[in-house]
Amino acid sequence: MAKKPRVKVPKSAKKGEQIQIKTLISHKMETGTRKNKKTGKLIPRMIINTFSCSFNGKELLKATLHPSVAANPYFAFYAKATESGTFDFVWTDDAGKTVSASSKMTVA
Amino acid sequence: MKKTSLIKQIVMFAGFGVLVAACAPKEEALKSGYDWAIPETQAMQDDDFSNPAFMWVDIGNDEWSKTDGEAGKSCADCHGADGSSMKGKSNMYPVYNKDDKKLRSIQDEVNNCRTNRMKAKAWKWESDQMLGMAAFIRTQSRDMPINVAVDGDAAPFFEAGKEFYETRRGGLDMACTHCHVDFPGVKIRANVLTNGLGNGFPTYRLKWQKIGSLHRRFRGCNKNIRAQPFKQGSDEYTNLELYLNHRAKGVMNESPSVRN
Ligand code: HEC
Ligand code: HEC
Repeated sequence: MAKKPRVKVPKSAKKGEQIQIKTLISHKMETGTRKNKKTGKLIPRMIINTFSCSFNGKELLKATLHPSVAANPYFAFYAKATESGTFDFVWTDDAGKTVSASSKMTVA
Repeated sequence: MKKTSLIKQIVMFAGFGVLVAACAPKEEALKSGYDWAIPETQAMQDDDFSNPAFMWVDIGNDEWSKTDGEAGKSCADCHGADGSSMKGKSNMYPVYNKDDKKLRSIQDEVNNCRTNRMKAKAWKWESDQMLGMAAFIRTQSRDMPINVAVDGDAAPFFEAGKEFYETRRGGLDMACTHCHVDFPGVKIRANVLTNGLGNGFPTYRLKWQKIGSLHRRFRGCNKNIRAQPFKQGSDEYTNLELYLNHRAKGVMNESPSVRN
């Protein structure tokens, strides 16, 4: 997970408005079922297994990912704007490595 | 007996059709691979956010202002803070270069600036940095038509590229033309053949699950017919790129595209 994740959250929204959130992260999502062509050995599984999004510390969404998810997972989902605050995004892979990003939104 | 003569007639008729088609003036620009892509793939490309290739454009953007090499310079020091000075340029590539006495692709220009002007290490063709920089530069000319010069000093290289394109090779003894000129729109295994243009490169290929160069695609198309592939950045592939971009004249640059 070398590259910066991409996150798109509106900077501002009206109270009660439904907003769209998009995230994209680079990850090879190695399935664990592929073989190394030269050695014939299985390439160990290495995927992002969890993605979560919270708003002002409260969990909004948590996703469990499986090996059939393609490389560079993309998520798009919706939330209702209630108050100003911060979205926190966390991706965790099989090695326990996490990458996080956050994004602020003001609600008027 | 009657059957054979009927077939003969059909063959003759079809032959005539080809002749007529070949004589018709060819003014209209060819279609982009985008036009044959399924709606889901098109949608991925339409939204810069959902287009994963933009993760590499971000890398290119970062590298643009990074100081590197013994000269202590960044691209931005000479070419301006953002990439806008590159607008329109990549669509004219490859171009003939007097010092090299041959064609230069955008990647060659980048490495020339890195090694000669920045005294930094050249980037590998298929590295994240080079793909990112090529995508970043080409994106500046997006929605502008591909427009290469094939006359003057470029002419012999164009001819070499054309010859490569039309030459049969490999175990299947096929030329590029046999797929991309004769059968666009026709299915070949799970793929729909297109005009095979380079207007969207570097492209995020779903099969590769990453971004890749046009020359990587050439290698794939060579290997598929069991022909010996050339190296990325080789003279053969750079000449071929010029011929391909001539075929794509007037087609919009849509780099970085998404393909299956
Ligand atoms: C010391 C100044 C300098 C630096 C640093 C530099 N360049 Fe250049 N670059 C030039 C000059 C001068 C040219 C030739 C322009 C011309 O012939 O009109 C050029 C040409 C190019 C071209 C060919 C298109 C054009 O504008 O003619 C590309 C592409 C390019 N540079 C990319 C880069 C990139 C990417 C970097 C950073 C990795 C970089 N350059 C760093 C000075 C520089
Ligand atoms: C056996 C058929 C076949 C031959 C021969 C062949 N290709 Fe392809 N090529 C394909 C298929 C299939 C695809 C994927 C679908 C498409 O874009 O046409 C493809 C895709 C491409 C693409 C990507 C197009 C895009 O929009 O992203 C390029 C460029 C290309 N080929 C160039 C070449 C060149 C150059 C040659 C000759 C060296 C060649 N091909 C020979 C089958 C072939």
